[in-house]
Amino acid sequence: MNPTVSAFGKDLVGLEDLSANQILSILDTAEPFKEISERRIRKVPVLRGKTIVNLFMEPSTRTRISFEFAEKRLSADTVNITASGSSVVKGETLVDTARNLEAMRIDMVVIRHGSSGAARFLAERIPSNVVNAGDGAHEHPTQALLDLLTIRDHLGEINGLKVCIVGDILHSRVARSNIFGLLKLGAEVGVCGPMTLLPSGIDALGVRVFRRVEEAIEWAEVLNVLRLQFERMKAGFVPSLREYNRFYGISTQRLERVDHELLILHPGPMNRGVEIDSDVADGPHSVILEQVTNGVATRMAVLYLLAGGAPEQAEAAKEEGVG
Amino acid sequence: MNTQPILFRGARVVDPSQRIDKVLDLLLAEGKVACVGSDIEGPEDARIESCTGLIITPGLIDVHVHLREPGGEHKETIETGTRAAAAGGFTSICAMPNTDPVIDSPAMVGFVEAAGRAARLSKVYPVGAISVGQKGERLTAIGELVEAGAVAISDDGQPVMDSGLLRMALEYSQAFEIPVADHPEDIGLSRNGVMNEGLVSARLGLQGKPNASEDIHIARDLLVAELTGGHIHLQHVSTCQGVDLIRRAKARGVRVTAEATPHHLLLTDDAVDGYQTQAKMNPPLRTEADREAVEQGFLDGTLDTLVTDHAPHHYDEKEQAFDDAPFGIVGLETALGLMLTRFVEGGKMDLPTLVERMSLQPARAFRLPGGTLKEGSPADVTLVDPLLEWTVDPTKFCSRARNTPFEGEVLRGRAILTLVDGCVIHEAD
Repeated sequence: MNPTVSAFGKDLVGLEDLSANQILSILDTAEPFKEISERRIRKVPVLRGKTIVNLFMEPSTRTRISFEFAEKRLSADTVNITASGSSVVKGETLVDTARNLEAMRIDMVVIRHGSSGAARFLAERIPSNVVNAGDGAHEHPTQALLDLLTIRDHLGEINGLKVCIVGDILHSRVARSNIFGLLKLGAEVGVCGPMTLLPSGIDALGVRVFRRVEEAIEWAEVLNVLRLQFERMKAGFVPSLREYNRFYGISTQRLERVDHELLILHPGPMNRGVEIDSDVADGPHSVILEQVTNGVATRMAVLYLLAGGAPEQAEAAKEEGVG
Repeated sequence: MNTQPILFRGARVVDPSQRIDKVLDLLLAEGKVACVGSDIEGPEDARIESCTGLIITPGLIDVHVHLREPGGEHKETIETGTRAAAAGGFTSICAMPNTDPVIDSPAMVGFVEAAGRAARLSKVYPVGAISVGQKGERLTAIGELVEAGAVAISDDGQPVMDSGLLRMALEYSQAFEIPVADHPEDIGLSRNGVMNEGLVSARLGLQGKPNASEDIHIARDLLVAELTGGHIHLQHVSTCQGVDLIRRAKARGVRVTAEATPHHLLLTDDAVDGYQTQAKMNPPLRTEADREAVEQGFLDGTLDTLVTDHAPHHYDEKEQAFDDAPFGIVGLETALGLMLTRFVEGGKMDLPTLVERMSLQPARAFRLPGGTLKEGSPADVTLVDPLLEWTVDPTKFCSRARNTPFEGEVLRGRAILTLVDGCVIHEAD
């Protein structure tokens, strides 16, 4: 079986590897897929006969379910593997796990792994298409794509927008994918967080660094608010959740101090009252649930394109499947 | 040892200990250097080697090698490691104590010493641990380790974090005239770092080790050495500031010797791009500015000793996600070729200086026999073909390990004959 190598390459490892046109083309392809989830019967034959393995070596609920919905609604056959209760806990290496899956003849692997570079590692070693569902602190490309799609839905154009990512940039794959994607599409990108959670060298990526969230809010048109993982507090990166909320939390009060409106994104799951206050999360400028909805369509588009689908034939493929 | 005398005729003999760099003959007999000179008449039973176009140096010495035995025999053994050393032109190597169990008792030193002797290849000089179990808590029985054959002490792989313990090591070791070799790294600053902290780590989403983690420790080590008058040997220096601190300490008379490795002289953290685990080492490959500073320090003698930090790992261990792969690369079989090609042929360093850094100076720093071709010294000799072109092919390594970032590199110059006490331990086919 030969793997499909699409115009996007064999794999989606990260947005750093894609051109602006490729990214836009994925967003465009996601458009016709949005409607499938709104049908009474949410299933089309696009990936009929394809076998996809969701290999989740790190706990994930949202991303795994989003991928699974995308796969099932496109009629792919799917298998889920999680780290607990699999051969991984018996000491099998990543490369052996992958080779064993490969030996059962599969088409794609969606991988989530705690180590940066794991998706690329796998992609270089197996012929199946590999989709990165988050590797360590490296990239989470489908999350950034759905963020871009959601921003575009609301503001029309990414080019020239000022987008600030707020929170734990150091450990965040969402931040890296967003930075790469936004910069390629011509946005101005800021990052804001405690210095302990900003990687040194981040400014060399071409982003503006804000040490105080008030300045970030003053500057930005879009805020992408990252989850603060409780482990970071235990490791001493921030002294306490209360202190974090006090100095970096996104509150209505802070947002009302500026005279422009900001679009609020959050990749979830949220810690209400820590990085984001409930009135902001539930408020008029929050697009957090739309992100979730767009996530399914975005992942459908990625799977469709990697399976060899052409962007312009996406509409037709919904009825007929990929070649 | 009963050995046939060997007469090398017409080689370029490079011996920095006697300031010799000249086409001469060299006679080895009874395991010793018998004489160096012009038109030497050898005894009748001598093997005669015509050496036109070849280079003879005192046997190369590497004071920073991991042989992995005991406990890591799947990576390397004392036998395979010394075979690799011989193939690379090294006649003496110092074995680091971070094995399992740690080399922290006279019995363990004796084990390494005896296994090295039994392999009958390059000479193996054990390095004992500074602290029991390399735990950084209390000193080993340093005197007994030395009596058993240890030539230095080091907790290599583990920095000595407790400055008080380092002070005691630098004081106590002076009676035994051995260096205290330290791996300079402040582990509080390195945390879980797996590569250099900088632009590349920010892009790849890998945790970084900042230069400061090494600089602080180097500064601390130099100050404690100055306080005690002990001999600190700083391992694998990789930072710009680190080189500068050592340079200034040397100028004010601190007893310090310091290492440079071929990989820190030749590579930067760009080599990690693509999550190349063969470029994962500790200290990490740093930026071009650091590489240049290490090179400058190596050229001016601040970093006086070239070492490989030969760190063999099984290929399965490197065939993992970057975070999970171990630190280190092998170096014994590539060091000479890399240095001849990139430094000598590259016009950066003359051959006698390279030989000094790879033989005379390490012998001095660790007070080892060898490093010289003076009459009566051990017949540890390396014969080099400087024009031999070869490609680094890890599958052909004598080492059990293949972890090198230099695979496929085309090099010029290689050891074709290595002798220890007048016995051939390696001969290229």
